[in-house]
Amino acid sequence: MKVMAQLGMVMNLDKCIGCHTCSVTCKQTWTNRAGIEYVWFNNVETRPGQGYPRRYEDQERWHGGWTLTKGGRLKLRSGGRFKRLLSIFANPVLPRLEDYYEPWTYDYANLIDAPLSDDFPVARPKSLITGENMKITWSGNWDDNLGGAPEMGHLDPIVEKVRREAEDKIKFEFEKTFMFYLPRICEHCLNPSCMAACPSGAIYKRVEDGIVLVDQDRCRGWRQCMTGCPYKKVYFNHKTGKAEKCTFCYPRVEVGLPTVCAETCVGRLRYIGLFLYDADRVTAAASTPDPQDLYEAQLDLLLDPNDPQVIAAARAEGIAEDWLEAARRSPVYALAKKYRVALPLRPEFRTMPMVWYVPPLSPVVDLLRDQGHDAEAAGNLFGAIDALRIPVEYLAELFTAGDTATVSDVLHKLAAMRSYMRDINLGRDTDESIPAAVGMTGHEMYEMYRLLAIAKYDERYVIPKAHEEQGHDLEEMGCSVDFDETDFGSAAFGEASGRPVPVAVETFQALRQRQTTDLIRAPEDMRGRVNLLNWDGKGVPSGIFPDDDGHKKASSSS
Amino acid sequence: MSVLLWGVLPYFAIVLLIGGTVWRYRYDQFGWTTRSSQLYESKLLQIGSPLFHFGILFVVIGHVAGLVIPESWMSAMGVGESAYHVMALVIGTIAGVGTLVGIAILIYRRRTIGPVFMATTKNDKVMYVVLVGAIVLGLITTALAIAAGTGGSATAESYNYRESVAPWFRSLFVLQPDVATMAAVPVAFKIHTLVGMLLFAIWPFTRLVHAFTAPVHYLFRPYIVYRSRDARPAPGMTTPRRGWDPVGTKDRESAPARTPSRRS
Ligand code: SF4
Ligand code: SF4
Repeated sequence: MKVMAQLGMVMNLDKCIGCHTCSVTCKQTWTNRAGIEYVWFNNVETRPGQGYPRRYEDQERWHGGWTLTKGGRLKLRSGGRFKRLLSIFANPVLPRLEDYYEPWTYDYANLIDAPLSDDFPVARPKSLITGENMKITWSGNWDDNLGGAPEMGHLDPIVEKVRREAEDKIKFEFEKTFMFYLPRICEHCLNPSCMAACPSGAIYKRVEDGIVLVDQDRCRGWRQCMTGCPYKKVYFNHKTGKAEKCTFCYPRVEVGLPTVCAETCVGRLRYIGLFLYDADRVTAAASTPDPQDLYEAQLDLLLDPNDPQVIAAARAEGIAEDWLEAARRSPVYALAKKYRVALPLRPEFRTMPMVWYVPPLSPVVDLLRDQGHDAEAAGNLFGAIDALRIPVEYLAELFTAGDTATVSDVLHKLAAMRSYMRDINLGRDTDESIPAAVGMTGHEMYEMYRLLAIAKYDERYVIPKAHEEQGHDLEEMGCSVDFDETDFGSAAFGEASGRPVPVAVETFQALRQRQTTDLIRAPEDMRGRVNLLNWDGKGVPSGIFPDDDGHKKASSSS
Repeated sequence: MSVLLWGVLPYFAIVLLIGGTVWRYRYDQFGWTTRSSQLYESKLLQIGSPLFHFGILFVVIGHVAGLVIPESWMSAMGVGESAYHVMALVIGTIAGVGTLVGIAILIYRRRTIGPVFMATTKNDKVMYVVLVGAIVLGLITTALAIAAGTGGSATAESYNYRESVAPWFRSLFVLQPDVATMAAVPVAFKIHTLVGMLLFAIWPFTRLVHAFTAPVHYLFRPYIVYRSRDARPAPGMTTPRRGWDPVGTKDRESAPARTPSRRS
């Protein structure tokens, strides 16, 4: 047993309102640069829908992820090493820009520069690739909120499959439809096929926290990772010729802050914490013959952080005590393995993804409510989950390789929680038969409710800081051991003099206070250094917003 | 003059090639990439690129066989002069033509597909001229050799580059350039050699460097790469690197101020 730590995320899909705040803040932080205008490390897709890039899940076409050879061994779906090398001159299964979308901007200058005339000036869309006028026909979330579903709904690979199996069951008629949002980031897989496909070996998994990164200096632009990743979460920067991907906001998590997408999530539905897993068994687990068993195999890799044997083995691997403590408090471990309500996305790709999803009960609840039933009574909900085959089948394709039993177990738990808590909230006697029906105790149910519904900041994000004894290894705190935490940022000649202060050190203390209070505090305590990376929505910091007279103030006004 | 061309220039080229590569490898890892344009256009690339790359691989092998391996060794291996020539001409012609057609498709693509053209730098253009020059001249020498081979045997003698160019090439590496031999070869060979030297001289400074990091080690490395955190300065602590350029299109930035009279 080789114990390793892995940062993981869980998203509670019931709470996602599809506002795209996460995508926008992520873009502002990481991909607002030339060459990756079309790139969304975080995207939110409406399901049913084609996703981004279009139909990325259709591995018949894109050849992402792993398959098993006849002998049961794991093999990249796009072919073995030799075949891959032969295809580096022209990758036959690379998504085209049209499969993402052609990025554009608007000719805003025209609004101001146009001469006086009877017609209103318009800002025409200009391609960010060619600079020409263009017609906008697709984007990262063109089919948002089922837009165009009657014509294009069948292009969702899962709809296609479920329909094939059950003759036209998913209807896009208004009254029969269901929908939910699926926010996606890189899965920071345990068995990443992007990495396996990289000829240069530029993609690596960090030993300390399992974050998967592309070494920008080693990447040579062979474009194999984009094919390798079944989730299409590695992108090509067409200006620099290098692959880029979600970084799990490593500069933030190294100092204990959640990722930008999680921090800014309006629905507060993202959880970040540690998993401990057995690295020696990853390949074996990913080689599980029946795709429907992959979910169990993946759960099996996750080690119980309370098990003394695991703790001893983790210590032997040099995992620090505070990390072990964080692993014990990990919300993601609780949701994935303790309560078993979080499921991996498309486990059949065999990459062992580490972003998990609590499937949405809302399609079922909405249908019940629309039909005039009490959508909070356990009996109704249980019955509906079993009767409404379509949402369940769809979710099963998404999360369990088609195993509907697992998905409906999870939905039963969520339904039970809903009706059990209604009794508590209304001050009625609790019905202990409800949790019992899903194999839980009333206490467990309440704990799960706290985690899922109350979702306190401290409980959602349990992120151990990277270690000071490894200070020299830290990217963000490279030479910061001598920074005094209370007196950050001032040097002999005033604030802007001396060595630059690492952003995270400077703001960590201030941020921690701000994020754990409910006060709207003046932004002054951020020393005028608020930017989108660290702004938490409190106050109106100068430097982000224009002044009333429309001019941007220098951000160091004090 | 001959000494300059065949005794000094080659060393310049070699120094530039090696020195430039070492320098670039140390100072420009980030710029060391294929700068693939497949994202913009894939159909033409699917034909042109493999044709060119596989062609040029064979051309390289051919050059090694012709220039590096002495004729006597070859004969000792049982490959006689005529057998070698037939082989070299047939394979050389096929590979050369393949390479040329490939690069023709790639250049056509570069010129006609808007985004690809926009992503073409001046550096690329210079490189293309030299590269195509070297390939075309190489094919011309091959054609001449064929013509000579079919002509009288007397002239064929002088085109046996394995008795002229190759010994000169090898003599470079023992630091005793055999200038006289090279000075006597037909002019087509001379020009091809010169352009070749130019190509090697500019190689490290163009996108061609990606060839030096051909990922052969992929065949042997483990699939999953674990690595510890890097000891690197934080992004916020250094000046912004390349790759952090603002969004926009070049043409719009450089376009003259919009003519206000334009109305629809
Ligand atoms: S989801 Fe992330 S880690 Fe997994 S294969 Fe894709 S890019 Fe790699
Ligand atoms: S910010 Fe949160 S609620 Fe909004 S789309 Fe993203 S994940 Fe959903």
